[in-house]
Amino acid sequence: MNLILLVLAGIFVNNYVLSQFLGICPFLGVSKKVETATGMGVAVIFVITIACAAAYMVYNFILVKLHIEYLYNIAFILVIAALVQFVEMFLKKSSPSLYQALGVFLPLITTNCAVLGVAVVNMQKGYNFIEAILNGIGGAAGFALAIILFAGIRERIEFNDTPKAFDGFPLALVTAGIMSIAFLGFQGLIKL
Amino acid sequence: MDIMNIINPIISIGGLGVVLGAGLGYAGKLFAVEEDPKLGEVLEALPGANCGGCGFPGCGGCAAAIVAGTAPVNACPVGGAAVAEKIGSIMGVEASSAEPTAAFVKCQGTCDIAKEKYTYFGLDDCTMAMQLAGGGAKSCTYGCLGLGSCKKVCAFGAIEIINGVAVIDKDKCVSCGKCVSTCPKHIIELLPVKKKVKVQCSSKDMGKNVNAVCSAGCIACKICEKNCPFDAIHVIDNLAVIDYDKCKACGICANKCPKGVLTGKKPAAPKADAPKPEAPKPEAPKPDLTKKEEKSE
Repeated sequence: MNLILLVLAGIFVNNYVLSQFLGICPFLGVSKKVETATGMGVAVIFVITIACAAAYMVYNFILVKLHIEYLYNIAFILVIAALVQFVEMFLKKSSPSLYQALGVFLPLITTNCAVLGVAVVNMQKGYNFIEAILNGIGGAAGFALAIILFAGIRERIEFNDTPKAFDGFPLALVTAGIMSIAFLGFQGLIKL
Repeated sequence: MDIMNIINPIISIGGLGVVLGAGLGYAGKLFAVEEDPKLGEVLEALPGANCGGCGFPGCGGCAAAIVAGTAPVNACPVGGAAVAEKIGSIMGVEASSAEPTAAFVKCQGTCDIAKEKYTYFGLDDCTMAMQLAGGGAKSCTYGCLGLGSCKKVCAFGAIEIINGVAVIDKDKCVSCGKCVSTCPKHIIELLPVKKKVKVQCSSKDMGKNVNAVCSAGCIACKICEKNCPFDAIHVIDNLAVIDYDKCKACGICANKCPKGVLTGKKPAAPKADAPKPEAPKPEAPKPDLTKKEEKSE
């Protein structure tokens, strides 16, 4: 039960984009169309899940053992970057169709701070392996939900007669802010 | 112990980096995908601007499609003939077979020629306007709405809205086809540049109804069909359609068209020498026939 709540909390309450403001760059950059936003969302779910597992192992089996926990940022960045590269190569070889679908977005995820954010939160909260992975899935699904909703709104905004000064990114930022306020409504819903 | 505080991090993080690097290097070889050597060559031949004018995601996507055979060798609208030739030689295809095309708006219903049913106040977007009653303000339901959706989508500034109708600058048009897919009325088409004769109307209404809404629409009188020495133009669904495989762009039909729907008129004098001897023959009985034709319709 606690594990299910962990996932739900990741999606709604502690939404990485709208509550913790991580991963804003892809959230704004790849959200012009629902189609590409979905691609990005799926790719992020995929990468964060694997990255959580890898970061957990690196932290607990290397950093903790050697008492150099303070290096977690560097170690996580290293692991995530290498992992994304590896996943890209692996997919290209083993599953060309999935690679086609995620293709452009995989390298972009290397710089997605939500990935690093989830790994760091896992570490700070002292989650065990299962919890870490579920928190990753929840957080990533929250990211996917946020970016797809946002893309849907932006697609509709395109057709509206908006003031010249608001065209494009200003309006996107205002929209993101309002969405964030809306997600604030979930705050306190799940206590972990 | 003090010294270990320095050495431990260096070794562990450095070691992690080396291991991951080596792992990636090995994985790179292990998972190396055999790419078609043509892909690299084609990619090199493309301009590399990643403009997306071809409709693929960047030059890489275009190159992949060309190599896969899903896109023609002249898929790059920016590179034009020179690039198409290079890619053609890589792919072993004659690029010359690809005749240069340009977008063409099959409507000439400007504000003074075609009437408006009502005054349209709304978004400057043809797709939006078309959802209103009667498919937009223009009295002809087939005609160009002139709100410039095509102009907005054109990345090369080749489209102007002149007097309520989209007009394409053939020199700027790179034939990317974006306007073709954007136009909600489907009246833009990619047509060969060299063939000057084009049907500048899309109305499939009967002649009488066309006359009622537009003074320059195709009334399906079939004069062009009867005068064509090459059997290249036919009236299908009340609209003249040119078969560009047969058309020699002699311009006879354009000269004969009573409504001026066809472009590429030739000044009556010398150039149409060759087809002329053939043309006059059907010319003689024609007037009567067309009259009958018009009545019967």
